[in-house]
Amino acid sequence: MTRPLEGIRVLDFTQFLAGPVATLRLSDLGARVIKVEHHEQGDLTRKIYAPQLNLDGVSAFFQAINRNKESLRVNLKNAEDYALISRLVAASDVVVHNFRPGVMNRLGLDYDTLKSSNPTLVYGEISGYGADGPWRHKPGQDLLVQALSGLTQLSGAESDGPVPMGLAIADYLAGSQLVQGVLAALVSGEGTRVEVSMLEAILDFQFEPLTLFYQDGEPVSRGEQNPAHSLVAAPYGLYQTQNGYLALAMGSITALAELFACEPLKAYADPSRWFELRDPIKKILAEHLNTQTTEHWLGILEPADIWCAPVLNWRELVEHDGIKALSMLQSVTNSRGFEYQTTRCPIRFNNEPLTSSLAAPALGEHSDAIKQESVKEAPHGAQR
Amino acid sequence: MKLPLEGLTVLEFSQYLAGPYAGLRLADLGARVIKVERPGAGDACRKSATKNLWADGDSVLFHTINRNKESFTANLKDPDDLERVRRLVAQADVMTHNFRPGIMDRLGLDYDSVYELNPSIVYGEVSGYGESGPWRDRPGQDLLAQSVSGLTWLSNTADKPPTPFGIAVADMLCGTHLAQGILAALVQRRRSGQGSKVSVSLLESILDLQFEGLTVFLNQGQQLPQRSAVAGAHVYLGAPYGIYPTADGHIALSMGSLETLCRALGCTGLETFDTPQAQFDHRDHIKAHLSEHLRTQTTRHWLSVLEPEGYWCSDVLDHQRLTEEEAYQVLEMEQTVSRGDTVSLRTTRCPIRINGEKLFSSRAAPVLGDSTESITKEFSL
Repeated sequence: MTRPLEGIRVLDFTQFLAGPVATLRLSDLGARVIKVEHHEQGDLTRKIYAPQLNLDGVSAFFQAINRNKESLRVNLKNAEDYALISRLVAASDVVVHNFRPGVMNRLGLDYDTLKSSNPTLVYGEISGYGADGPWRHKPGQDLLVQALSGLTQLSGAESDGPVPMGLAIADYLAGSQLVQGVLAALVSGEGTRVEVSMLEAILDFQFEPLTLFYQDGEPVSRGEQNPAHSLVAAPYGLYQTQNGYLALAMGSITALAELFACEPLKAYADPSRWFELRDPIKKILAEHLNTQTTEHWLGILEPADIWCAPVLNWRELVEHDGIKALSMLQSVTNSRGFEYQTTRCPIRFNNEPLTSSLAAPALGEHSDAIKQESVKEAPHGAQR
Repeated sequence: MKLPLEGLTVLEFSQYLAGPYAGLRLADLGARVIKVERPGAGDACRKSATKNLWADGDSVLFHTINRNKESFTANLKDPDDLERVRRLVAQADVMTHNFRPGIMDRLGLDYDSVYELNPSIVYGEVSGYGESGPWRDRPGQDLLAQSVSGLTWLSNTADKPPTPFGIAVADMLCGTHLAQGILAALVQRRRSGQGSKVSVSLLESILDLQFEGLTVFLNQGQQLPQRSAVAGAHVYLGAPYGIYPTADGHIALSMGSLETLCRALGCTGLETFDTPQAQFDHRDHIKAHLSEHLRTQTTRHWLSVLEPEGYWCSDVLDHQRLTEEEAYQVLEMEQTVSRGDTVSLRTTRCPIRINGEKLFSSRAAPVLGDSTESITKEFSL
């Protein structure tokens, strides 16, 4: 299958997660991604985590984020390496970076400089908090962006205090938005500068609660009982059963009261009060559901078309036929022959999943090949 | 300013959040997005209000997701309306839908049929769990997708029940991936002239979000990660990573040198935990110790000793305090959208900047069917 971005070349100066997750998507969609790495330590995510998380001597995070890319090891202070980068930049379709404000200018690799030699270049930049304002020099780190953005007030119960989302959501979202901006620019065919900050991305993620806040100025209220979403009425939540947990999405309390023959629930017959009274309603449900197994309840709820699901952990998930049917996992192999399992691109084209068997590169693995190729290559403008 | 997607027409048969969120992003990037809605009712989101907030008969939620779009009504069960829709599809660049499997086939609006009408169209499809397998017909709902995906075991502390993300994260990511796929297909179409079908599902999207953790899990004997007992923030990160109570609020501590941190805080007793592995293995002990110490002073005090040391930390804000910050205000993340004299509401803007410009749009979500007549004329339907 021809991948949609075949023929597009991306020069990737980013490290950590936000930028590299964007270029991972571009590579899975068919672009060739050249990861430009510092000549000594490379992308810091190769090494910064606990060694327990390593795969083949490199962090599993790095292995997940940087598969299907080439690694070019350079010292930008070395004239020969700098000349190579200049040639590559002139011949690339996309450049992305996540350096602090000013760094690319000092290197002569800022957008205004590059567009004169490559007018159709799409130039993507990721920052923590944008280029202006008092936070522009703050570290653009995921937990801090979550903490500052109000996001930690949305999950868990009110009495839990601030609860961050347990993965690097701000990084992931910023990278995702960058992909959209870069691709839109490629659709237009015009040279474009695309900027995304982690803070703007995580505010966009909260567009629903923020828009409500702009209207009424009220703080988010998560409730105490089986909390799942601060804005949704009972029964929405996860409930403990005899052998696990059961998820109930939106649904009728009256219907549940009937199905379960649950007398105390029948007192809550007015749908307009299921939001306001969500805690007492969920408390009754929680006590009732704790008396039987998850399978027992699913056996009653599913035939009645009540929106429900078992709450699975990763082990239960990967053993389930529901995920096997999606073929969401894939094996990748590196040049040393080391193989590991990871996920594939979540987007399917013409009914085909986009898979790739290439693992993450060793630091500088493709340097020689890229250097040789670059010597032969004409500048970008001459190809078209 | 000329926007990158100007000149492209998107037909949005999608309802609720995932598909319309993709449509919103395409609209903000310059596309013309036409919602194709049922006469009388329209997108079911119009009537599903959160906190009972409404604007001119439509929920504020609907307004949030559907600003900057037009509305065309058609009854897809009526042969004449369906024929008009087919003529519209023949002239569009993109269409999206999130109907249950089989419905578009029965209407003759499945990809193969649409391809006959318009081979260059990009056809986007959203489902809950993909087009095959035992979960195919399950309701494609956000909390349920979160629940089966394992995501609920990543947030909060170990003593707490599984904790979902308090936002419709599967919907939002699925919409994001849909927009990515559609845009990639449009890039390809520039060169080949051919369209394609792009499919995404809530489950694949919410698994992609967990790709880092899943990669650790899959290659380490499928050992389930444990949430931290104290200041839970990330199952695979060691101390001090987390959010801690202080004398008057909270403080977020990112990764960094524990030695630097303790020196700046004046906190002793953790000297032996001097490797990343020890800081991971003994994170609960370290975090409990830090937590006791951090309660003794205000957030401002701790920030004032940590920031000069370059230690990565921050205050923990709610929406009220966030929106009072100058750093928030300079972003100009808010905009007012309006609809005649009947709607004027504040919402967020597109988070992407193009050529140094923020993208604003003042057009509120459409009245149901407000462009039916003009679109009928314009496209000769």
